[in-house]
Amino acid sequence: MKTIFENSIKGRKGVISGEVNNDLIKKIDEKFLRKEELSLPEVSELDVIRHYINLSKLNFSVDTEFYPLGSCTMKYNPKVCEKLASREEFLNLHPFLSYIDEDSVQGVLEIIYEISRLLCEITGMKKITTQPYAGAHGELTGVLLMAAYHKAKGNNKKYIIIPDSAHGTNPASAAMGGYSIISIPVDKDGNMDVNILKEKINEEVAGIMMTVPSTLGLFEKNIKEIIELAHKYDALMYYDGANLNAILGKLKPGEIGFDIIHINLHKTFSTPHGGGGPGSGVVGVSGKIMDFLPVPEVIKENEKFKLNFNIKNSIGSVASFYGNFQVLLKAFIYIILLGKKGLIKVSEVAVLNANYILAKIKSYYDVPYNRICMHEFVLSARKQLKNGVHAIDIAKYLIDNKIHPPTVYFPLVVEEAIMIEPTETESKQTLDEFIDIMIKIAEISEKEPEKIKQAPLKTPILRVDEAKAARELKLKCDI
Amino acid sequence: MNVRQGYFYTKEHEWAKIEGKIAKVGITDYAQHKLGDLTYVELPQIGKVIKQGEVLNGLESVKAASDVYSPLSGKVIKVNNALENDPGLINKSPYDDGWIAEIEIQNEEETKNLMSADEYLNLLGQSK
Repeated sequence: MKTIFENSIKGRKGVISGEVNNDLIKKIDEKFLRKEELSLPEVSELDVIRHYINLSKLNFSVDTEFYPLGSCTMKYNPKVCEKLASREEFLNLHPFLSYIDEDSVQGVLEIIYEISRLLCEITGMKKITTQPYAGAHGELTGVLLMAAYHKAKGNNKKYIIIPDSAHGTNPASAAMGGYSIISIPVDKDGNMDVNILKEKINEEVAGIMMTVPSTLGLFEKNIKEIIELAHKYDALMYYDGANLNAILGKLKPGEIGFDIIHINLHKTFSTPHGGGGPGSGVVGVSGKIMDFLPVPEVIKENEKFKLNFNIKNSIGSVASFYGNFQVLLKAFIYIILLGKKGLIKVSEVAVLNANYILAKIKSYYDVPYNRICMHEFVLSARKQLKNGVHAIDIAKYLIDNKIHPPTVYFPLVVEEAIMIEPTETESKQTLDEFIDIMIKIAEISEKEPEKIKQAPLKTPILRVDEAKAARELKLKCDI
Repeated sequence: MNVRQGYFYTKEHEWAKIEGKIAKVGITDYAQHKLGDLTYVELPQIGKVIKQGEVLNGLESVKAASDVYSPLSGKVIKVNNALENDPGLINKSPYDDGWIAEIEIQNEEETKNLMSADEYLNLLGQSK
């Protein structure tokens, strides 16, 4: 497909821009005036419409096909959340209003106040900040809170412990917060190896960052013992809430002793976040971290909502205003719509769907940690590799079958990893179709592996050379 | 899997070729195979003083970003600049053109913590 610039025909117009006001131009210092013409495509309105409609048809999305990549990118977003959040009253809201005229934005402040309260209830934490813009930003905020806590207590801490089944962003966030990382491997059952943890933990450990369930889709069986051990050394427990969608209503991290949690709202509460778009990585804390939270926070005083800038040992602001309000709003609508029973069902069906697929395909693939999974599970293509079929080939073959590829080659602890997360929104029929295709892939891998290795054959662009794409960067085109 | 005789190996799949006081280091054929096509090599700083087992530098491939651990303690005296433009050298020639750095060895005794080619082959046999 051509780019919009390649469709440009000299002199063609879609918009007539009107007269240029020369008096205005004279008021601008010459050094600020553009010397060359703007490089814009010259196209008609119809050219633009056809180009972008056709481009959008090439999209492979959760709105068009099954997406076992799951909440890793985002789940299906109910359209009602989108519709309500797109109301003029929210779209044209000015963030400064809350600073100069609280009375005019009481409803908005109430939503921030209420979603904080609801998320505290769901996670068992004492207080929430809605500021962080996305998951990794939440992690960094969490690590900064950890550092502030230890500093205030006069603790000399240098390390953060992270199991190798945690999210890859955890070590990066810990390092940005100034800590060195101690990595702990998983044991043969896929849990953090507690014996190695006992060897490595010491007085200089600031905290342990855990992803529960882990990236292997497994619930951490020794979690209680790990938390007790951490607190013995005054190390804080950090809960990476990326996989919170597996435990809604079943476990409150705050109640079992976690001190800090971040939640990726798009993963659990179904807000759009694909392609790195605006997200929300709210952070919740236990009582002992409350005094360090970012300012401002929304509080309720005499039945009125207002901003409070007075938090004793606040680490300061980590975002302008209160984060991505529209995203908070969509998550708020989702929570209100589903209610307590609905949210519990989200987790139950997400876990059931994953286990259903796992049970149906596990005799065809290698399952490195063969136990009941949570909302996702990890296969290995080791069996298929004997015939030269890699995880990446299976992913490509799925595209030809109108299924978005799942995450591959992550987590790193599993060779030829394929991580499957169906999410709760998929019907049994869709799951069965996927199961059939996965079984078919295993069978073709035995008899005609070349067929899998050639895929995809039905896409606009065939197999791309990923190494070339990463090695020979060409990030601009000549217009 | 190609394993060179006369080289030393770590269990994290690095190799060291020792000549006098200098060790040339890189990653093994097995490691490059597991990583897949390399897309970026973050070279260590010349002059960097490093301990055995510490992170020497980082690698990125189409599959993952990973660390290279130094097989020996010492000082980095030379790096393979050719990898900056052609990280694929590690895939094509892990033991020769794809070397990563030269380290001036601090303590030759440390080679006793490393594996011989036969021991390394044995390890690969187990992990299969």
